[in-house]
Amino acid sequence: MAEIVAALEGVRRVYQMGSTEVQALAGIDVEFRQGEYWSIMGSSGSGKSTLLNLLGCIDRPTSGRYIVNGRDTDELNDDELSTLRGREIGFIFQSFNLLPQLNVLENILIPVFYQDNPRPDAEERAVMLAERMGLGDRTDHRPLELSGGQQQRVAIARALINDPPILLADEATGNLDTQTTVEILSLFDELHAEGKTILLVTHEEEVGKRAERVMHLRDGLIEGITENQPC
Amino acid sequence: MLSNTLARSIRLGVKSLLLHKLRSTLTTLGVLFGVASVIAMLAIGEGASADAQEQIRQLGSQNVILRSVKPPDNANSNQQTRVISYGLTMNDYQRVAQTYPWATSVVPVRQLIQEVRYEDQVLNPRILATTADYRDATGRPLMEGRFLSPADEENVSNVCVLGYEVARALMPLKSPLGERVKIGSEYFIVVGTLQPRVPLGDDQPDPGSQVTGEVLIPLTTGTKWYGGMQVKIRAGSREIEEVDLHEIIAQIDTPENVPIAAAASRVMLDAHHQERDYEVVVPLELLARAEETKRIFNIVLGSIAGISLLVGGIGIMNVMLATVTERTREIGIRRALGAKQRHIVLQFLVETVVLSVGGGLAGIILGLAIPWAVETYADMSTIVTPTAPLLAFGISVTIGLLFGIYPAWRAATLDPVEALRHE
Ligand SMILES: Nc1ncnc2c1ncn2[C@@H]1O[C@H](COP(=O)(O)OP(=O)(O)OP(=O)(O)O)[C@@H](O)[C@H]1O
Ligand SMILES: [Mg+2]
Repeated sequence: MAEIVAALEGVRRVYQMGSTEVQALAGIDVEFRQGEYWSIMGSSGSGKSTLLNLLGCIDRPTSGRYIVNGRDTDELNDDELSTLRGREIGFIFQSFNLLPQLNVLENILIPVFYQDNPRPDAEERAVMLAERMGLGDRTDHRPLELSGGQQQRVAIARALINDPPILLADEATGNLDTQTTVEILSLFDELHAEGKTILLVTHEEEVGKRAERVMHLRDGLIEGITENQPC
Repeated sequence: MLSNTLARSIRLGVKSLLLHKLRSTLTTLGVLFGVASVIAMLAIGEGASADAQEQIRQLGSQNVILRSVKPPDNANSNQQTRVISYGLTMNDYQRVAQTYPWATSVVPVRQLIQEVRYEDQVLNPRILATTADYRDATGRPLMEGRFLSPADEENVSNVCVLGYEVARALMPLKSPLGERVKIGSEYFIVVGTLQPRVPLGDDQPDPGSQVTGEVLIPLTTGTKWYGGMQVKIRAGSREIEEVDLHEIIAQIDTPENVPIAAAASRVMLDAHHQERDYEVVVPLELLARAEETKRIFNIVLGSIAGISLLVGGIGIMNVMLATVTERTREIGIRRALGAKQRHIVLQFLVETVVLSVGGGLAGIILGLAIPWAVETYADMSTIVTPTAPLLAFGISVTIGLLFGIYPAWRAATLDPVEALRHE
């Protein structure tokens, strides 16, 4: 069996809303192995985004442990967590989250500049990724000059620029039409075939089915995990 | 690597400032005017103080000057013609010359009111009847020829030395040396000319005269031809003044002895004059007073500059805080993509510093333009010391850093998830 790249042990996340507490995650135990393709499904408010934010190290669990590549994130300081976010995790958002003042190439390169030892061929790699995403002739365009699908491709290229082993996508196709969704999903299939570990949050059955495994969340707990037949 | 990061941060900062050109420009105005006013005021202040010091230096910094002063007009008579006699006497001169052990030379000066003519030119300059020591005591450099000599004094020669302005007004095209000028009704041979000088405060041209310069003749010659009476013609009345000496300049051997000689002069004059028809001018004291004035000016200037820069800094901070709020989402995105807190701090700090330095540089340009304009159009001398722009630049960088830290810190300590959720 492949190596465990990320593991959650008894993870809870409680939001404090004034005097009331909202338990977004109520105790999650799960292991993700190298090269797996997961989708995370559940109704609205079931805790999918909360889970993904924790996995992406932009949020911390209220209790429980989160281990990435053998390191307990609880023991990492802000700088180390930032490095981890930049190097080991590629985050793809529903709303793309590109910076409007930067062009396509500059957006793709953002994670490079925050690395202590950026790869020397980053710029060529960015051009290569842009071409692979079908944006070879758009590298100096601004995000607002692109369609939604194109913007999401830029975001995917950006997530891939530091070649992280794990890709996290929160409703990455939620803002896209069916045709574009299919294109993006086949990109994920390709990346999966290249050995990336992919965790995809979605509430669309069709999208969820593309993954090898589907995690069903309900009220902050894992209701079940189903295996899909490879198609 | 570090310089690389910095260069990139600066490029990034400039880029996002250019997104809001008007706002960025307005933000820099506070620093701009602060810096410009510092430089301009320093330059004007330096210029004024240098002028004042030069004027005092021309009086001779080691001199004690005794001057005749016309006592207040207490006669309520409306006589057409009256004779007023006041001021320093030859006896005063003798006392100073004989009893001051600290005096290296004592120079008597009488001022005469006579017309000076050359060909068809007529002038009313100050005519000073004095001795050869005058030049040494006042340090006036010669331009051409020679100064009055003790021999001129003894021989009661009809010779004169022209001030630069007078020489130029009388005979602009040729050297005055050897020319004969008519002073009153007597002819004098010009033996020398003096170099121009910074006009003194009390050097206003006398009524009816167009020049600020002077003509120097031997004291004995002056007494011989023009006597002790001076006729001043005022609107409607003629006034005859009888003044022995207008000035006695005592040149003192060391600066330490200057206050002693000054005090001695005051006591001596007080004992021999019933009226306050004299004054004692001590350039050294004036110098000290000028320096004190300059110090006060600098304090006032410093406070004004400090306040305007503070206001400028607060303006920048205000805008940066708004910017941080406005760009919360961008901060969240950058943090999610691996930016450390110090990267965010650097990003925002660079922006404030770029703003304040931009304002500072523009302020330096404006600050240099103002003294130039003042000099050109207001005919005041200004001095831009090289430290002033450097100081201003340093201050504007400091302002940027100082007022940028808090907004940058606010940005960096935002919670990444919260920031991402921000619309
Ligand atoms: N910042 C927050 N403060 C308070 N409560 C929160 C916060 N974020 C999420 N929650 C709560 O936690 C629970 C899980 O939210 P989460 O965003 O993870 O749901 P989700 O599964 O992603 O839903 P959706 O499909 O609508 O995106 C919800 O009840 C939500 O109200
Ligand atoms: Mg969600």
